[in-house]
Amino acid sequence: MNTHPWLPNLSRVQDMLKEIGIEELDEIFNDVPKDLVIRHGLKVGKEKPLSEDEIRGRLSQLSESNAKLRYPPFLGAGAYPHSVPSAVKFILSRSEFYTAYTPYQPEVNQGLLQALFEYQSLMAELLDMDVVNSSHYDWGGSLAEAVLMGYRVNGRKKVLVPESINPYHEEVVRTWVDGREIEIKKIPLADDGKLNLDFLSKVDPSEISSIYVQQPNFFGVIESEIEYVTDWARKNGVISIIGVTPLSLGLLKSPGELGFDIAVGDGQELGIPLNFGGPYSGILATRMDMKLVRQMPGRIVGMTEDVNKKRGFTLVLQTREQFARREKATSNITTNEALIALANAVYLSLLGKSGIRELAKEIYKRSHYAAREMERAELGKLKWRSDFFEEFTFVFKSNYNRIFQALLDRGIHGGLKLTENEALFCVTEVHTREAIDEAIRIMKEVS
Amino acid sequence: MWRQAYWNEPLITEYKGRGRQGFLIPKEEIEIEINVPEKVKREDGPNLPELSELEVVRHFIRLSQMSFGVDTGMMPLGSCTMKYNPKIEEESSKVGENTHPLQDEETVQGNLEAIYEMQRWLAEVTGMDECSLQVPAGSAGELAGVLMARKYHRDMSRKRNEMLVADTAHGTNPASAAMAGFTVIYVKSNSEGLVDLDVLKETVTERVAGFMLTNPNTMGLFEENIKEIAKLIHSIDGILYYDGANLNGILGIVRPGDMGFDIVHLNLHKTFGVPHGGGGPGAGAVCAKGKMAKYLPYPIVTKNGKYELIKPERSIGKISVFHGNFGNLMRSYAYVLGLGSEGISMIGRMSSLATNYLISKLKGVRGFELIAPHRFRKHEVVFSVKKLANETGVTAFDVAKALLDRGFYAPTIYFPPNVEEALMIEPTETETVETLDQFAQALKEISETAYKNPATITSSPINTSVGRLDQVKANHPSSLTPTYRVYRAKADMKEDINIER
Repeated sequence: MNTHPWLPNLSRVQDMLKEIGIEELDEIFNDVPKDLVIRHGLKVGKEKPLSEDEIRGRLSQLSESNAKLRYPPFLGAGAYPHSVPSAVKFILSRSEFYTAYTPYQPEVNQGLLQALFEYQSLMAELLDMDVVNSSHYDWGGSLAEAVLMGYRVNGRKKVLVPESINPYHEEVVRTWVDGREIEIKKIPLADDGKLNLDFLSKVDPSEISSIYVQQPNFFGVIESEIEYVTDWARKNGVISIIGVTPLSLGLLKSPGELGFDIAVGDGQELGIPLNFGGPYSGILATRMDMKLVRQMPGRIVGMTEDVNKKRGFTLVLQTREQFARREKATSNITTNEALIALANAVYLSLLGKSGIRELAKEIYKRSHYAAREMERAELGKLKWRSDFFEEFTFVFKSNYNRIFQALLDRGIHGGLKLTENEALFCVTEVHTREAIDEAIRIMKEVS
Repeated sequence: MWRQAYWNEPLITEYKGRGRQGFLIPKEEIEIEINVPEKVKREDGPNLPELSELEVVRHFIRLSQMSFGVDTGMMPLGSCTMKYNPKIEEESSKVGENTHPLQDEETVQGNLEAIYEMQRWLAEVTGMDECSLQVPAGSAGELAGVLMARKYHRDMSRKRNEMLVADTAHGTNPASAAMAGFTVIYVKSNSEGLVDLDVLKETVTERVAGFMLTNPNTMGLFEENIKEIAKLIHSIDGILYYDGANLNGILGIVRPGDMGFDIVHLNLHKTFGVPHGGGGPGAGAVCAKGKMAKYLPYPIVTKNGKYELIKPERSIGKISVFHGNFGNLMRSYAYVLGLGSEGISMIGRMSSLATNYLISKLKGVRGFELIAPHRFRKHEVVFSVKKLANETGVTAFDVAKALLDRGFYAPTIYFPPNVEEALMIEPTETETVETLDQFAQALKEISETAYKNPATITSSPINTSVGRLDQVKANHPSSLTPTYRVYRAKADMKEDINIER
């Protein structure tokens, strides 16, 4: 190889070797055992470097292999189709942001630090919490860390989670807390699809480290008796954790107002496309209680001033982190999802106070419209009469597989199959009335 | 002279706009009444700004101008591999942009094919049998790896509660091991900064689950006794874990699998060109060989006529909710295609060449010292400026700040812990010889100035948006301000926000 756009020194190898005082490039590796050095061409990429057009060609092939859906999928379950403002994409493509490193050198990264501080601040307003870290991987990771925070605060080893927890999140939590041998117990579902709170009178609260509530729950149902949970937790020294979809907070009471210790969620709803599951961004927030704040994993940006008394921003409480505390750190997290947090900040700034409420109402209306029309078309019934947001669980009269396939044949992706005749449908502002009506017509034809 | 922009830019929460909105919400004429249960109904919109699109854009553009990335200038951060991020990657990340992670597998064959290819390629370059791209970042890969080791020993009905970690290791190694419930035992390095075999022999007992190692290590040195190390660990059926943060120095030359490693994690945002995004998102991979492959986190993609998602037989479970950071996997996919087998085989060579060239250029810089100067470095080099600090009062911290003033990002400082006043420099293969020369020149000039007029160095930076920040004020519980909400409350002093239960 004598030239490549990403390897600028290929043409200068001889000069560089001369400067070092060696003849051959491979002399630099004379400490690698000879029998370990790769002697064959690695099967990676194509043999030759591809030009941009060739790469583009390959990318088109991959895109072609994905089904062409005519509308956004009616799928939620932790990842939600929403419109992404152009301004968000535009800001994210600024090189100074997206090719930056973690801002450990605050003087030269004030802009990035201020933007992350703004993310923390806007998220704090949305959640009514005081402290927000500058992102975690995703909802599952945030929840796992919240559980570990609770364990470190009170040393107890049992955690209560609802039967209606998102199963994908639960799976992540189980994996993460396995090393600490924390036991996860389920709070059963009541007949109305909400938490069965009678269960709390049957547990010994002194064994419980934390309790988790998901709002709306996995089935889309809005939990209404939440303050009972926070009261119970407060009385018994149990850490209360709530998981929320951020857009529901345009309509629903915030974690802070309900009195939770920790709030988690995913920032994907706020200006991030579906991305086949990532990158998303874990939201993790807590009250300004140093007992909790000191256990918070990940990075936190704080406000301060510089030597000339100008306002400035810097990473704070770094002694919690792995590079300072090693095995005693609050977490091993290093790389986070800062750029997604930045997208969230831009998105929340654009929508603002009125926009977020308006959007939440629109999502509420469209999801309820879809559910109502599906019932009117006699496809089946909503599983519960409880109110819901964005998602609802529908019980079909006939086998859902056939219905799903019929939709797919017409370029429409239906809701997530839960059982033979139940599915979880997600409807947001990207699903037009036309799309909803057409989907119902097709379902009607085959049921 | 280099200067950074400074905008006296208010916080977005301090803008005074009222009654504006920066994004139009689509509306359908639908007759639906909103009946949210009273007990959980939010009475008013959250306390967010009310701004037009232009106000928001201008604000964030100004903030971007007060930031510094690889596209702005050289970022010689040791162990971070801040290489150039080719722009074609951005097109690549669009492939699965509008696909939902729970879509029917039939409808996302393109995405799955790309994941499958990446799994194969990464297994090939690491010398492993199988990879899971489910992990969203490097340390998440480490957590997966140590959980795999834990589960393996449990399956063998053994009590193995110790994890060995080199004292030069990245902080994530012990942190991950602790998260998985292990007791961390540090293995001390010898005077040359390499694993001390005698020390290791004493530490390897029937209590040990495995050894986490980086090769080349954080000193940029290749652990030449790697075969003996692997033999020792395998003699007790321990798991040898490869921290892939430093793979860039040997990529295409030697493979962890051939060295005897059982599990590897990769940081695709280091070695495979994914941009760092201001701290994230990155992307990760965890790969395993032989008996360890069946413990990998799920899902992984397999080819069975069609591409399918499967769960390895003894999988530890899931580290992230869906398929990892797919958008970034696609970025690294384009990166690999753009290099091909030929280009990949040059990465370790060209990055290590750049490091040793730089070392040569820095020979004789006053106050800079190098451990084991006769050894070639790989991707990075660690200088100690202890002598400079003793003789002039200018510390590694000051040198870092002086570099900012000269338009360079600072190296990693005070790491690894076994070197005092450490400057850890990693040039990567993407910086030109001319830039390396300028960087070396800047360090020389900083050293000379330190001996002549140290105050100009200890008072830097002055060309950046702001000067040195008050860390005491930033961190003291009485003045700690992590959000604007707390700032308001402290200004008002109307509510006691530090509620201890």
